[in-house]
Amino acid sequence: MQKIKLTLLFVLLSFGVNHTIFAQFDIPDKPEFQTSVYDYINLLESSQKSSLERKLVKYSDTTSTQIVVAIISSTNGENINFLGAQWGEKWGIGQAEEDNGILILLARDDRRIAINTGYGVEHLLTDAMSKRIIERDIIPFFKRNDYYGGLNKGADAIFEVLSGEYQGTRQSNNDFPIGFFLIFLFIFVIILISISKNKRGGKGGNRGRRTDGTSILDAIILSNMGRSSSRGSSGWGSSGGGWSSGGGGGFGGGFGGGSFGGGGASGGW
Amino acid sequence: MKKFLPWIIIGILVFGLYSWGKGFNNTAVEHEANAKTAWSNVESAYQRRADLIPNLVATVKGYAAHEKETLEGVIKARSEATKTTIDANNLTPETMAQFQQAQQGLSGALSRLLLTVERYPDLKADKSFLELQSQLEGTENRINVERNKYNEKVNIYDIHTTKFPGKLLAGLFGFEEMPRYKSDPGSEKAPNVEF
Repeated sequence: MQKIKLTLLFVLLSFGVNHTIFAQFDIPDKPEFQTSVYDYINLLESSQKSSLERKLVKYSDTTSTQIVVAIISSTNGENINFLGAQWGEKWGIGQAEEDNGILILLARDDRRIAINTGYGVEHLLTDAMSKRIIERDIIPFFKRNDYYGGLNKGADAIFEVLSGEYQGTRQSNNDFPIGFFLIFLFIFVIILISISKNKRGGKGGNRGRRTDGTSILDAIILSNMGRSSSRGSSGWGSSGGGWSSGGGGGFGGGFGGGSFGGGGASGGW
Repeated sequence: MKKFLPWIIIGILVFGLYSWGKGFNNTAVEHEANAKTAWSNVESAYQRRADLIPNLVATVKGYAAHEKETLEGVIKARSEATKTTIDANNLTPETMAQFQQAQQGLSGALSRLLLTVERYPDLKADKSFLELQSQLEGTENRINVERNKYNEKVNIYDIHTTKFPGKLLAGLFGFEEMPRYKSDPGSEKAPNVEF
């Protein structure tokens, strides 16, 4: 009986081993916190990671194009471009209507990197262009073991290729720039106040100017109120919060549900 | 009152059957349309590959004009493959097999061509050839991705139309099983275009 049990255990174990050997790469579930850099093997230093992350999130904030970098050890034998397309599709990187997502997948132990493009960026970041960026901008750094340098330069090259496309298509629940705008206005108002006070102090009770100053202020504040109320519930406080979290806070609105059709290129070093 | 009771029950039954049938039918129509769209994406990915070939052949010719046989093989396989298209309303296992065979012929001819390229270092370093090569790589990947998506959509449709009791209605309404794109025998992987 003991023997049977043992052999059974052995058989089960060997199944398990086989499974891990031939297993295809399991794409991680779509993360709760959706940001631009997923370093599953801690290849980048934390300062490098957050710098790259901020850069890509900022790019997404102004253009709505979401560029995600995922770093894994190996694709377990799967074609990296095929895996990348499935991955981007599963996570829904990019906006649903524009399909403007890009996934940069790095498999360190395979020594391969792939740029995968969503349907909406294929015509700009073509396969040949992706290949060129990999060969010219990324691989030279990787050969010197400078992974951050390569990814950073690659991101710049992608920005350059995509420049001018997709602007002002931000999601409405992403209130980072409006928060920024309000803070800017606030500072402007304070400056105005201090200027008008100075003038009052200097000229000594010039009534005409004083009423002028307040009416400008009134106008600004009123127009401001109109702005914030037209946007619904978001007032000063909440917009400020949006701004402060805009740096390392991931993509505003998360992945938008973009779709991937297999475009892109890969390269090894 | 007793006289009307059977009629009320029949009415409820008829209404129940009607809404069941309607629900089944509309969902099936939706799944079928999705699968057909996915199929046209598969075809356009293949078309994309066919569109690359004239350029590829011209570039290779510039360096290796005497590889006539291989080049002609590719051209012939290409015309064969572009001739064989399937109307999305006529997706049957037979037409699918035909389509697959034609495309496989082209895949084979292409990989033979890329093998001969190995012997021409100048060609391998040619800028336009390198671009074409990366485009070809991307296109092969697109083909795989779209095929995969098509199979997923067909799977949803097939499950819907073959699960009991939906199967009964599927026969009644004429929803037939859609063919999946089987992986090419002997060549599970796309022709290797890496050097």
